[in-house]
Amino acid sequence: MANAQRDVAIVGVAESDLGRVPDKSKFQLSAEASRAALDEAGLTVKDVDGLLTTIITEGGQFSTMLMAEYMGITPRFTDSTSIGGSSFVAYVEHAAMAIATGLCEVALICHGSTNISDRGGKGGPVSQTTDVFGPSQFEEPYGVSTVGSYALAAQRHMHQYGTTSEQLAEIAVATRHWASMNPKAYMRDRITIDDVMNSRLIASPLHLLDCCLVTDAGGAVVLTSLERARDLKSKPVRVLGTGEAHTHRMISQMPDLTQTAAAISGKLAFERAGLTHTDIDVAEIYDSFTITVLLTLESLGFCKPGEGGAFVSNQRTAPGGDFPMNTQGGALSYTHPGMFGIFTVIEGTRQVRGDCGPRQVPDAKIALCNGTGGVLSSTGTIILGRD
Amino acid sequence: MALPPLPRPYQDTAPYWKAAREHRFVIQHCTECGEHQFYPRGVCSHCLSSDLEWQDASGKGEVYSFSVNHRAPHPGFADKLPFVLAIVELAEGPRMMTNIVECHPESVTIGMTVEVVFDDVTEEVTLPKFRPA
Repeated sequence: MANAQRDVAIVGVAESDLGRVPDKSKFQLSAEASRAALDEAGLTVKDVDGLLTTIITEGGQFSTMLMAEYMGITPRFTDSTSIGGSSFVAYVEHAAMAIATGLCEVALICHGSTNISDRGGKGGPVSQTTDVFGPSQFEEPYGVSTVGSYALAAQRHMHQYGTTSEQLAEIAVATRHWASMNPKAYMRDRITIDDVMNSRLIASPLHLLDCCLVTDAGGAVVLTSLERARDLKSKPVRVLGTGEAHTHRMISQMPDLTQTAAAISGKLAFERAGLTHTDIDVAEIYDSFTITVLLTLESLGFCKPGEGGAFVSNQRTAPGGDFPMNTQGGALSYTHPGMFGIFTVIEGTRQVRGDCGPRQVPDAKIALCNGTGGVLSSTGTIILGRD
Repeated sequence: MALPPLPRPYQDTAPYWKAAREHRFVIQHCTECGEHQFYPRGVCSHCLSSDLEWQDASGKGEVYSFSVNHRAPHPGFADKLPFVLAIVELAEGPRMMTNIVECHPESVTIGMTVEVVFDDVTEEVTLPKFRPA
């Protein structure tokens, strides 16, 4: 590489319409979020020379070629890494690497999904597969599901460490409290620990309110060099450190059901940023299920293995608590189009900029965002900071 | 009554499913590094050797984790609710996904000793499952 390393910043973030958006395609949601994120920076689609996206649902094959064509982009850096919901956090690492080394100047990360409209507006079973090819033929015939996979991890953590359903419920309650302060959140009515405990069991020990939403949504993030970012319209947010890792594809192959790849990606992100846990002002932790958050906090090292339940108790992660987390309302209450990663990056950026209005964490200078993909399979961790 | 999704055997897995149909539970053993592995692959996931042999497994193991599922992930499970999804750690070492059957779902615990049973789902497909030993 001929180019010296350059510092990198996020210069634009945006959501599309969220919730139930039956009249727009996933491609349109992705493109509309992209336009809005570029507008924030004062850039146009003609400035984009790096594109990072993946679509894992119908019609999404060759995702970057598809979306580049849809939006009229001719990228010279293209990445459709597909590691589930954490892809969009890992893309921040990949985009930063590409910009730092001069492979591209302006990178666009985008995502769109009509996850609820595709199901006719209802949740419930989606699989109609009759025969299974590939390694998943050793799981699907037994009735594995996403929630069932996470439930296996929750049960094991409870067995090993005495974690309780009430402790998991603390996370859902705190996250809903944040959502109540976000006009864009899908579920905004406050809930109690009893509400979570009394919601129906889906896959023991996980109750309905331990599970994320199913919505339509799009999101986009624009990055460029810090030097260029300082001349743009928006307040630059620096990418200070990043990490990514994956440990398995199927839950039965997870080396340890109580520890995620965040133990690797988090350590890398902290080391590369030269920061420690006490430097983090706000955390955006992928919350596909309450157990996802608890395992991630332990794996990132915010507490020791087994201490996650105590760590989140007494509404510690809620507004006013000393560990503000998932401040837009998370996948549990704000939005979740099947892959949530990009929304952790969007909120982390807004918090560091100080753009969050009533839910702004006072004087938040450094944010940690962590995506989890597959079935606790992959993680991407990034640390963002004020310029 | 809808069937659950069923395996379509391929190069790596056909001997396993053939054995299951004959009510034999087999596992791969690497002659180069000596490790067992599950699920079946064309190479050893510990050393990438292609020198794998099939061994009759003990059919014994213990529950590593489980979940009582109250929601059907596929129409083929609608008449089976609630069912016990479980990961069993085999006596040979590797873990596998399965169901715990022939017992009350609420009686399943982590660490419970279990043994293989064969569920002849169709004339072509038999699924190894586990029951309390």
